[in-house]
Amino acid sequence: METYYKPEDLPKFDTMKEGSPELWEKFSDWYGAVFAEGALSEREKTLIALAVAHAVQCPYCIDAYTQASLEKGSNLEQMTEAVHVACAIRGGASLVHGVQMKNVHAKLTM
Amino acid sequence: MIKARNKSMKAFGESLANANEQLKIINQPDGLTRFEEKFKETGESQLISKEPEIFQINIGKMCNQVCKHCHVDAGPDRKEIMTKETMQYCINALAKTNIQTVDLTGGAPEMNPDFKWFVSEIKKLNRHIMVRSNLTILVSNGFEDYPKFLADNKIEIISSLPYYTASNTDRQRGEGVFEKSIKAMRILNEIGYGKEESGLIFNIVYNPIGAFLPPKQESLEKDYKRELWNKFGLVFNNLYTITNLPISRFLDYLIESGNYDNYMNKLISAFNPSAALNVMCKNTISIGWDGQLYDCDFNQMLELPLKNGSPRHIKDFDTEFLNNRVIVTGQHCFGCAAGAGSSCGGATA
Repeated sequence: METYYKPEDLPKFDTMKEGSPELWEKFSDWYGAVFAEGALSEREKTLIALAVAHAVQCPYCIDAYTQASLEKGSNLEQMTEAVHVACAIRGGASLVHGVQMKNVHAKLTM
Repeated sequence: MIKARNKSMKAFGESLANANEQLKIINQPDGLTRFEEKFKETGESQLISKEPEIFQINIGKMCNQVCKHCHVDAGPDRKEIMTKETMQYCINALAKTNIQTVDLTGGAPEMNPDFKWFVSEIKKLNRHIMVRSNLTILVSNGFEDYPKFLADNKIEIISSLPYYTASNTDRQRGEGVFEKSIKAMRILNEIGYGKEESGLIFNIVYNPIGAFLPPKQESLEKDYKRELWNKFGLVFNNLYTITNLPISRFLDYLIESGNYDNYMNKLISAFNPSAALNVMCKNTISIGWDGQLYDCDFNQMLELPLKNGSPRHIKDFDTEFLNNRVIVTGQHCFGCAAGAGSSCGGATA
């Protein structure tokens, strides 16, 4: 079935350098630096990326960072917990807006 | 998830139990870069051996486990076992060389009925011996005295434990393997294995539990040491990360799970010239259960013997013909040259 998201498109990511190679180079350098071992380990950063991938619901990122998490030594339990963190923040972010609803409700009702 | 096995592929008459069938798949003209071409990125035209430093002897395909990724297709049903006569040829050959390290593998090498005799004879030559033990055999009926035997002979033990949790380990190696492995590790620790001051070396091997490359060896070793100590009070010396090569049962898994093409592409794109120059076949001679000589254990399982006039059998062993030999390569070799590299001693780059 035709789909907007095709797995074979992921390796074509670097075709984004066409048209603006300087910006692509800056992005690539920065991206690489972000994921390098630092105050956080590469494994921890990859788990954060996996969680964010779910928050932004990017199929390419979910594919890439599931593999990357395994290749950094994470297990399914750790990866699942990371996804739950993303979901908790997404859910919580919606739920906390209920306070806005309550504010409006309080103003409009006796 | 693919089903656990209780017998080898050979026992079920599966086509991939045949080395030629495996070679047909991995060496098919599929448009993928050939290893021999890619190797030239190292600056060298061919993979050439150095003087052998390691004698790796596969003393039998019989094993008490049937791991899903096993490149030997080992199992309880396998009858290929090195005879005492062939062991004697190995000892005769070893005595003529300065090779200091003997690496005993299988199957479960302990299941060879002449294992203890062989170890004792090699010790008389004053060589360092490593045994690739699957751990569970050390707590199996009839093998309870083996940990002490190994310790008494100062044998280095190298054991697979593909993860520090039961679920991941058992998925690859079989139900209950993790628990038995922990029990065996406890016994090994009690007699001094893995403890710096004892001189008894106990190393662990990590294999990915699926179609992906291993993590960085150093960082994973820290995770293993922390988890095994915190949860079980266990210690070991070093962790070796080993990449799964696309042969035998792992090849079967790749095909069954639809991961074959992606995995081969992953290995090729992760080709690392410095890993390719440090592959273990450069300084290893692999000897099959029947005495045949190979460049490595993987070539042994693919039935790719030494070539270019090198001796084919341990009876005819002659180091002069083995130095600077052209190593037999194929698409499976991408597994040892990917990322940080892979060998029986872990990462190479």
